[in-house]
Amino acid sequence: MNRFRNVLGELLRYPSAIIGSLVVFMLISIAIYTLIKIPYREAIRLWRGGEDVWYQNPKYAAPAWLNLFYTKKQPISFAVSSAKGEMEKTVTPLDQDITTIELKYSFDFQYDEFPQDLLLYFKSQFSEKSPFISISWTTPDGRTIRIGDFAVNRSQTFRFSQDKKLQKRLKTEEKVIPALFSVAGGEEYQTLKGKYQLVITATSFESNADIDAEFVLHGKLYGLAGTDQYRRDLTLALLWGTPVALAFGLLASLGTSLLTMIIAAVGTWYSGWVDELIQRITEINLVLPFLAILIMVGTFYSRSIWVILGVTILLSIFSGSIKTYRAIFLQSKEAPYIEAARSYGASNTRIIFAYLIPRMIPLLIPALVSSVPSYVFLEASLAVLGLGDPVLPTWGKVIENAFTDGALYRGLYYWVLEPAVLLMLTGLGFAMLGFALDRVFNPRLRDI
Amino acid sequence: MTKYTALRLVTIFVTVVIGVYLTILIANMGGYVDTIMRNEIKYNAAQAIIANPANRNLTPEVRERLIQEKIRLEEKRLGLDQPFAIRSIRYLRNALTLNLGYAIYMNSDSGSRQVRNILLERLPATLLLTGTSELILFFVSVFIALSLSRKYGSFWDKLTVALSPTSSAPPWFYGIFFILLFAAVWKILPFGGLVDVPPPQNPIDYGLSVLKHLILPASSVIVSSLFLSIYNWRTYFLIYSSEDYVDMARAKGLSSRDVERRYILRPTLPTIVTNFALLVISLWTGFTITETVFLWPGLGRTLYQAIGLYDTPVIVGSTIIYAYLLAITVFLLDFIYALIDPRVKIGGGSPQ
Repeated sequence: MNRFRNVLGELLRYPSAIIGSLVVFMLISIAIYTLIKIPYREAIRLWRGGEDVWYQNPKYAAPAWLNLFYTKKQPISFAVSSAKGEMEKTVTPLDQDITTIELKYSFDFQYDEFPQDLLLYFKSQFSEKSPFISISWTTPDGRTIRIGDFAVNRSQTFRFSQDKKLQKRLKTEEKVIPALFSVAGGEEYQTLKGKYQLVITATSFESNADIDAEFVLHGKLYGLAGTDQYRRDLTLALLWGTPVALAFGLLASLGTSLLTMIIAAVGTWYSGWVDELIQRITEINLVLPFLAILIMVGTFYSRSIWVILGVTILLSIFSGSIKTYRAIFLQSKEAPYIEAARSYGASNTRIIFAYLIPRMIPLLIPALVSSVPSYVFLEASLAVLGLGDPVLPTWGKVIENAFTDGALYRGLYYWVLEPAVLLMLTGLGFAMLGFALDRVFNPRLRDI
Repeated sequence: MTKYTALRLVTIFVTVVIGVYLTILIANMGGYVDTIMRNEIKYNAAQAIIANPANRNLTPEVRERLIQEKIRLEEKRLGLDQPFAIRSIRYLRNALTLNLGYAIYMNSDSGSRQVRNILLERLPATLLLTGTSELILFFVSVFIALSLSRKYGSFWDKLTVALSPTSSAPPWFYGIFFILLFAAVWKILPFGGLVDVPPPQNPIDYGLSVLKHLILPASSVIVSSLFLSIYNWRTYFLIYSSEDYVDMARAKGLSSRDVERRYILRPTLPTIVTNFALLVISLWTGFTITETVFLWPGLGRTLYQAIGLYDTPVIVGSTIIYAYLLAITVFLLDFIYALIDPRVKIGGGSPQ
C-alpha cells in the first residue's frame, strides 16, 4: 500500500500524468454511461436504422451548436407530433357524424437560411370514408397560402417540396421551401423572420374517426453531433464508439503484454531449445506483415471484432519486446531467492508464476498503457479500410462512411472531425499517462 | 565476413520461407477460398456451355455432361483436385520465385493480368514515399535531437517532451487533417494522387508535379513519428553524454562538434539504427491506409483495391511482397548493425 502511494505521489509530479489520467477517466465514464443508457441491443437496432427509425432527421446536417459561430444562422431541425400533444388539437363535432378536427402549430423562425424540407406524416383511423384534409400556411406578414387539399389514407406522407400542386401554385419547381419562407414576389429569396403558423383542418365523416399528424422540419443543423447520409444521429456512434475503442485497446494491450511476459519468462527459465524456439518464432513473426494478414483474415474469414482482437493478440505476442524482457529475466534468474526456491523443491511453474513474473509487473505497466493508443488506432484503421465490425457503431466506421461519401470534398467537415478528435483524445490521454508512468517506473529515465 | 553474410542470408531466407508458407495457409482460410473458387468454376462452366450457340440443340443430359466435364477440367487446371497440403507446396514454390499467378479482376497499367506485374509496377511509388519520408525523418530527428540535448531543460526541450505523445496517432490520421487544411480549406496543395491530371509531358514538370503531390503524404508520415523520434534520441544522447569519456574529451579541449560526433553520436548509433529499423518495419505495414487516404498509387493502395474486389491472388501476392520487403529490411539492419557496432563480432551472435 505504501509503495502504491509512493508511486502515486511521484506520478502527480508530472502534469502530463494528471492531464492523461483525467482524459482516461473521462473516457471510461462516458463508456460506462453509454453502456447503461443505450444497451447493446438498442444501439444495434438504432444503428441499423432505416427510414422508420430516423425519418425525423435531415441528411448531412451539421451539429446545432455551430450556429454560435455562423453570422448567417442556419435553421435547426425539429419534429412535433399531435399524438404527443405538441400541436394544438381542437375537435369540433358538427351534425350527422361529421367532425372537424383542427391541428395548429406555430413556431418562430429567426434564421437566415432556408430549411431543407417540410414534411407531414398523417395517421388516421376510419372504417370506410377517408377524411378530407386542408392545409394552410400563414406567414409573419399575414399572408395565408393554401398548401393542399386531399383525402387522406390511414398512413400518408406529405412532402412540401415534392407536391406538384403546390409547385404549380407557387409557380416554382425547385424552390417551394424558399417560397414559403420568404417575401412575396421578387427574384431573390430572403428569409422572412417571424412567427409562422401551420393549420391543418380535417373533416371526418364517421363518428369514431380520428387524425393525428407529425410535422417535421428538416433544417440544415441537428442535434449535438449532426447526422450522416442515413439520417442517423452521430452522437450514437460517437458515444458507442467509446466503449468499443476502450475495450479493444485495453483487452489487446493487456492480453499482449501479459502473454509476452509469460512467454519471455518461460523461455528464459527453461533455456535450451525452448529459448531458441521462441527466438526463432519471434524472428518469423517479424517478417509476417501484420496489417496485410489482418486484412486477409477480415476479408476472407470474419470481420467480427472478437476474431480481429484474437488475431491481433496472436500476431503481437512474439514481438521485439521479448528481447527486453528476456534480458531482465536473465538477470533476476540469478537472484538468491530463486535459488532458495529451487532448493526447497518448487516446481518450475511455481517459480515462473510466483517469483519471476511478479517482479516484472511494475515494468509492464507503462508499456501496457502506452500501447493502448496503437490498438485503438488499429481498430479504427481497419474500419477505415472497410473491414470494421459489420454491426457495431465505432469511430472508425463513421470516418469510413464519411470518406466513402466524400465528406471532405463536400465540406461536411464535422463528419470527419468529430470521430477524429475523439480518437486523438484517446490516443493522447493514454500516451501521456503512459509516458509519465514510464518515467516513474523506468529508473534509467528518472533523471531525464 | 562473407561467411557471416552467407549464414545470415540463409537464416533470413528460411525465416521468409516459413513466413510466406504461413501466409499461404492463412490465405486459404481453411478451405474457404477453395469453396469460393469451386463455386465460381461451377457457375462459369454452366454459363459457358449454355451461352455457346452450338450447344443449343443438345439434350439436357448431354449438356449436363459437358458442364461436368468442363468443371473437372477447370478444377484440374487450377489444381483443386489435389488436397490442399500438396497444393500449398506448389504455391510456396511459386511465391518464392515471385510467380504469383493471374489476378481475377485487376489489370496492371500496362495491361498485364499477371499479379507480379501489377504489384511490381506499384512498388516504385511506395518506395518513393517511404524512402523520402524516412530519410527526411531520420536526418531531421537526429539533428534536432542533438541540438536539444545540448539545451537540456530549455523551453524547446520541454515542448518536445510535451508533444511526444502526439506520435500515438498513425500517419493517415494526420493525413486527414492535412488534406482538410491544405487541400479543402486553403486549396494550395492537391487532394491526392501521384501527378496532376493530365500528366505534364516534360520530364522536369512531371518531376515537379510528383514532388508537389509528395508533400502532404510525406509530411503526414514525418509528423506522425517526428516528436517521438526526437524525444527518444534526445534521451539516448543525454544518457550517453553523461559518460565519463565525454567529460574527458571536453577536458582535452576538443571542440564541442567533435565531441558530439565522435563520442556521443558514434556509441548511440547502434541503438538509433535499431530503433529506426523497427520504425521502418512498422511503417511498411501502416502504409496501406496512408496511401488509400491520399490516393497514392502504391502497393498499399493496390492492396486496398484488391480487398474491395475480393481479388485473392493480388491480396496474397501483396502480402508476400510485404514479407520480402520486411525480410530485406531485417537483413540490412543486421548488416549495418554489424558494420557500425565494433562490439559485434562478425560471425558470432549479436549482443543480447
